[in-house]
Amino acid sequence: MNADRLYSGQRPGLVEAITAALLIAAPFVLPWLDAAPNTVNRILVWGLFGIGFDILFGYTGLLSFGQSALYGTGGFVAAYLLTRAGFPHVITALVIGMVASAAVGYLVGLVALRRTGIYFAMITVAIAEVFYFVEFNPLSEYTGGENGLPGVPTPSLALGFTTLHFTSGWSLYPFLAFCYFVGIVVALRIVRSPVGAVLRAIRENPLRASAVGHDIHAYKLTAFVIAAAYAGLAGGLLGVLQAFMPPEAFTFDTSGQLVMQTAIGGRGTLFGPLVGAAVWLFLQDFLQATLKLGASWKLVLGLIFVLLVFFLRQGIVGAVRDLARWALRKRGRPAPVPVPMPRAAGRAIEAATAATPVHHANRLFTGPVLQTSGLTKHYGGIVANSGIDFTVDAGELRGIIGPNGAGKSTFFKMLTSEVAPTSGKIVFEGRDITGMGVTEVCQLGLTKSYQVNQLFNRLTVRENVTIAALAELRGKFRLDLLRSLPRIPGLREQVERTLELVNLVDRMDAPVAELAYGEKRRLEVGLALASSPSLLLLDEPLAGMSPQERVETVRLLKSISEGRTMIVIDHDVDSLFELAERITVMHGGRVLVEGTPDEIKANATVQEAYLGGVHEVPAR
Amino acid sequence: MVTWPNFVSQLFNGLALGALLALISSGLTIIYGTLGVLNLAHGAMFMLGGYAGFAAYQATGSFTVAVIAGTLALLVVGMAMERIVIRHFYKRPHEDQLLVTFGLAIVFVELVRLVFSSQSQVVPPPRLFAGITNLGFMFYPTYRLAVVGIVAVALLALFLVLYRTRLGLIVRAGIEDSVMVDSLGINVDRVFMVVFGIGAMAAGFAGIVNAPVVSLTPEVGEAILVQAFVVVVIGGVGSFPGAILGGLIAGEIISLTSMVNPGYAYVMLFAAMTLVLMLRPYGLLGVRGRE
Repeated sequence: MNADRLYSGQRPGLVEAITAALLIAAPFVLPWLDAAPNTVNRILVWGLFGIGFDILFGYTGLLSFGQSALYGTGGFVAAYLLTRAGFPHVITALVIGMVASAAVGYLVGLVALRRTGIYFAMITVAIAEVFYFVEFNPLSEYTGGENGLPGVPTPSLALGFTTLHFTSGWSLYPFLAFCYFVGIVVALRIVRSPVGAVLRAIRENPLRASAVGHDIHAYKLTAFVIAAAYAGLAGGLLGVLQAFMPPEAFTFDTSGQLVMQTAIGGRGTLFGPLVGAAVWLFLQDFLQATLKLGASWKLVLGLIFVLLVFFLRQGIVGAVRDLARWALRKRGRPAPVPVPMPRAAGRAIEAATAATPVHHANRLFTGPVLQTSGLTKHYGGIVANSGIDFTVDAGELRGIIGPNGAGKSTFFKMLTSEVAPTSGKIVFEGRDITGMGVTEVCQLGLTKSYQVNQLFNRLTVRENVTIAALAELRGKFRLDLLRSLPRIPGLREQVERTLELVNLVDRMDAPVAELAYGEKRRLEVGLALASSPSLLLLDEPLAGMSPQERVETVRLLKSISEGRTMIVIDHDVDSLFELAERITVMHGGRVLVEGTPDEIKANATVQEAYLGGVHEVPAR
Repeated sequence: MVTWPNFVSQLFNGLALGALLALISSGLTIIYGTLGVLNLAHGAMFMLGGYAGFAAYQATGSFTVAVIAGTLALLVVGMAMERIVIRHFYKRPHEDQLLVTFGLAIVFVELVRLVFSSQSQVVPPPRLFAGITNLGFMFYPTYRLAVVGIVAVALLALFLVLYRTRLGLIVRAGIEDSVMVDSLGINVDRVFMVVFGIGAMAAGFAGIVNAPVVSLTPEVGEAILVQAFVVVVIGGVGSFPGAILGGLIAGEIISLTSMVNPGYAYVMLFAAMTLVLMLRPYGLLGVRGRE
């Protein structure tokens, strides 16, 4: 799925041009292959239906088994207008059907997206079933019940000098091909837009996508509505194609077939559903007519599908793409090797002094940036944090140490609003942010790098940082669906600056999966940095690093802290003493003592509790 | 139109359907809770149980043998499915698990269609429960009453396995924290296989017990699967009591709405589900973090 580059800028319009060429060539080539025009037209309708579904499933990672509800809605609204309501204009009716479907999709999405994962799948199944029954019973007066709506007219287009009539077979093909083409062009724009980037981020790691400041619920709803619009248009076209709107459009089988075709063709490719539909329909014809398998064609297709899910995860288009990439790579230069660390830090520090990407911090806040009072967290009977009063001044670099189970990570989670405190108050830059939500807090300029890496694993380093930077440049939600990424002012600069800071410039096109551990750790910090926080929390940035890497990373952190307030948790006490101006020692969910590194080193209580005094404190 | 006996008989119908749904959904929810896999072929398990029982009934003419055969067959099918397919998907994303079980459901349905044809098949109720019972104020099919009892016994058996055995303890612990169970040195491999088998068996048992009530077709599992989903959403994922409560609620909603207008049965079911999602997003008896 790495083909969906965020910067797909090399040859703009190439994919579109090839698609147009193939669509134009099809009616001249396919008849030689004995393809029935009706089958080709059906493939186009399924393909269009699938484009929207692929944005929802392949790009956003939301597997819906309820698309039939929206397909049917769009189809029946258009067909009702044209057959029962006496509406004369076919194309307008199709657009109305599409809009109706999108509106229904919005409402359905509000319910279905209350939960994710398997819940989402189950809820969409239930929704589709409801629509099916509603079509058959309460609304049968309008939908014709089990008879459907016969007599859907075909479109014609008045061009002034002549009128184009699209009737059936190859005569209808240009109309459907044009719809498909427009659909694919719009979809390509969407997946290359900032919204497309955020959708992929949601698929890869919804938790992190919201933590870097994106309102993921709104974006998911957007994807759902887009899918609904495509489904609605395709449903209307189905009626036009068959001159009849079949009630079967609403069945669970429709949703199932769409899911299977998309998986067979390749999810996250936009063209996968079209390829999948072609395979499906041709195979169906072949198994039924040529091999005389009768009704058991579906058994064969089911088996093929299971095997595909087993062995060819990315479907046909994905496999072809991987093959092509493999061939290219074999021919071209080998993948770049990881950059050795030493060269790294020096350059990073240069970069840091050269540029300060601290947008939020430019507001020159003075005095205490962060203040907590009486911050307390209980998990059932367990007290994780108890009555923490904590203050950090602007520009300070604070270290927090404490044995395992001292409540350090819980404290951070409350600061970033990942968990709500049981009681107490958090004030950030003079504003009460208690229980505000992680996305909002990040938008205000407070973010965290995680103790366990939370990256967008199947995206490249650059794409990862881009997603974080977008949250700061565009706010938590924006519908710039058709805008191309490189056109966003300041994005490229911010991404490059961040990559220089964490020294990953040479690795920026590598997928996260190919990074070494130390590089992933730096990218983790980079994700937090890219949203230009004024207060940056780092949860154990040195964990798991070799002594050499630690030295480098400490230098890196020092450079990052220029012009910014930072709080660092780590177990590497020596590194932290070197790095931080002040140290807070936590123990048993409370603040034990606070002071300069020298004061902490000299403090008897700390020595006893933490640094290996006479009475060893058991970890937890 | 809605008369008192009619209402009571629908109430009984709802109880019978609810009990069945409770049993089927328990299987679904135990599998999901322990293994983390939502089995979209669970409806097919229900259907296969019915057909396995039907085949045994045709061979022997005994309903008891049919029930035993349907149940055991699905225990085997479930364990085989886990061993051959499902276990390769634990580490893969949820979407892949959904896709593969969805594909398997189609394979099962089409396989049955190939062997038994699309025509509906009938398994008559056992002689002991044949006929109609006079409840004093109304007449009611005896077998449907028996279904409530039979399923209640099955649910009790499932309860005893879950709450009184070592295996049940592991399953319940796994639902709360499967990583922890794994690291305690328990042979999760075998447990997973058995759990999948038991879950499938619950559906298969329901399938054959239900066969005399509704005639068998290859598609009989599809509607059941959808209803089981609603039950799980209402009751809460991974909750056995939730599955029972949700099952009874769903059964009554479907039956009582059908009395007025069958077309609205699903609408009401869906409305109930939406209400639960709004008020208690993790289900009536669900706990946050189980999904």
